[in-house]
Amino acid sequence: MKHLSRIYTGFCMFFLYLPIFVLIVFSFNESKSRAVFTGFSFKWYQALFQNDVILTALGNTLLIALISTLISTLIGVAAAIGINAMNRWLRGVVLNTTYMPIVNPEIVTGVSLSLLFVFMRQVLGLPIELGFMSLILAHVTFSTPYVILNVLPKLRQMDKNLYHAAMDLGCSPMQAVLRVVLPEIMPGIITGAFMAFTYSIDDFIISYFVSGPAVQTLPIVIYSMTRKKVSPEINALSTIIFLVVVGVLFISNIAQDRWAIETRKRLN
Amino acid sequence: MRNKVLSAPYLFWMVLFTVVPLILVAYYALTGADGGFTLKNVSDVRQFSGVIFRSVWLAVIATLICLVMAYPLAYSMSRLRPQMQRVALLMVMLPMWINFLLRTYAWMTLLENTGLINQLLGLLGIGPLQLINTQGAVVLGMVYNYVPFMILPLYSVMTKIDQGLIHAAQDLGSNTLGVFVNVVLPLSMPGITTGITMVFVPAVSTFAISRMLGGGQNLMIGDLIELQFLGTSYNPNLGSAISMVLMVLVLLLMSAMNQYADEEKEGMII
Repeated sequence: MKHLSRIYTGFCMFFLYLPIFVLIVFSFNESKSRAVFTGFSFKWYQALFQNDVILTALGNTLLIALISTLISTLIGVAAAIGINAMNRWLRGVVLNTTYMPIVNPEIVTGVSLSLLFVFMRQVLGLPIELGFMSLILAHVTFSTPYVILNVLPKLRQMDKNLYHAAMDLGCSPMQAVLRVVLPEIMPGIITGAFMAFTYSIDDFIISYFVSGPAVQTLPIVIYSMTRKKVSPEINALSTIIFLVVVGVLFISNIAQDRWAIETRKRLN
Repeated sequence: MRNKVLSAPYLFWMVLFTVVPLILVAYYALTGADGGFTLKNVSDVRQFSGVIFRSVWLAVIATLICLVMAYPLAYSMSRLRPQMQRVALLMVMLPMWINFLLRTYAWMTLLENTGLINQLLGLLGIGPLQLINTQGAVVLGMVYNYVPFMILPLYSVMTKIDQGLIHAAQDLGSNTLGVFVNVVLPLSMPGITTGITMVFVPAVSTFAISRMLGGGQNLMIGDLIELQFLGTSYNPNLGSAISMVLMVLVLLLMSAMNQYADEEKEGMII
């Protein structure tokens, strides 16, 4: 039984990693072929770094992710503190609406936002063009719920008396939030911001509907590249992304281990 | 407490960018190009019933394959040593961090007529088979992309199953099948319902995967919607009506899943 489950786990991992492995191997292929390996070369990496469309899109993606993460973290943390202070009924209504962008199919969120932007421009006459502006607004919209849902549990775990004690000791409500509540919920804020950032970088479907013709993010460029028959630069790009992800996960795991050891030491 | 005021910017944002857009979808679905009320768009959706049926069918098959594949895997993972559990968990999550377009593209290269799989089959004297641009390829793409969404909630409920309960059932005379049906399966139900929702919703609404692996022939609901908004047949009214149908499908599934497990949020990984 134990052997069987090992073999099965191995088979599943093989299924998950085979396509990625093939992409990585063929990123070093000399020819354009995706099936025959003709020789080792770095030329698709060179082509990738000379491809202005990809580099511009990468810049756009990172800029949009940074700005939208900043905004959604600010709004989301403030919202979580506010929601935590609401009565049961109001909190239920707000939280259920907050779940909407998470539960709804992404394509519906994308379509509904694109309708909103068209409506704002054509009917209300607001100067919102599809592009940077609409992308940032859309990304803040779908990533703020993740900030709220990561911060709220930390607020519930927190000792309520801490906040009142801070005020008894002379803090204004604002000071109490900044000096006592914020440090207490920091782990939730960091996780939430991190999720907002990665969802923003990774998003294709919603961005696809609100980006317009002028501004492209990296996933949108990747999609248009896959529509062409042969574009071996994608292999090189995938390999780089894979290595970056492995690196980030590795470092964050080591950091987590360190943190766990430190806390254990402090507790002892 | 005055802290409630802090949520004001978010509440404004939520109403403007979440609630109003959904109302707009309903508004566009129920009006014609001239702005007058009409049910024409909604009744026009009927002519696409074939596409809608195919989307649901392919998504159901993909979800079932994910469940059958992920269930034993999640169980074996949950019985590993803690150190190994972490490694296995990381390995399941790692592909999720690579954009799904790149993962789907990888399958495009594997499945094409001159691709690696057909070459290997050729060495064995089989083929070449038509693998890409088939419904099977679309299902494969969905399974590959969304199976982690099934593994993770299942794994998280299974780590909570006490090994003692399993031993107790065995001591009391239950055979392997009995332990599975009476102990493991009921306890993992919240994970199953969460996993089904998390796989079915993106699968039924996809448009990129069906386009990349299914060619032009295997349109799905997502493709229809995309064509109405960004394609040559620009018709946001019809597109909104199809989006409404999609939302209703998803809501139906979710309420069905809620019937099965009240604590469905337990396995949620947010």
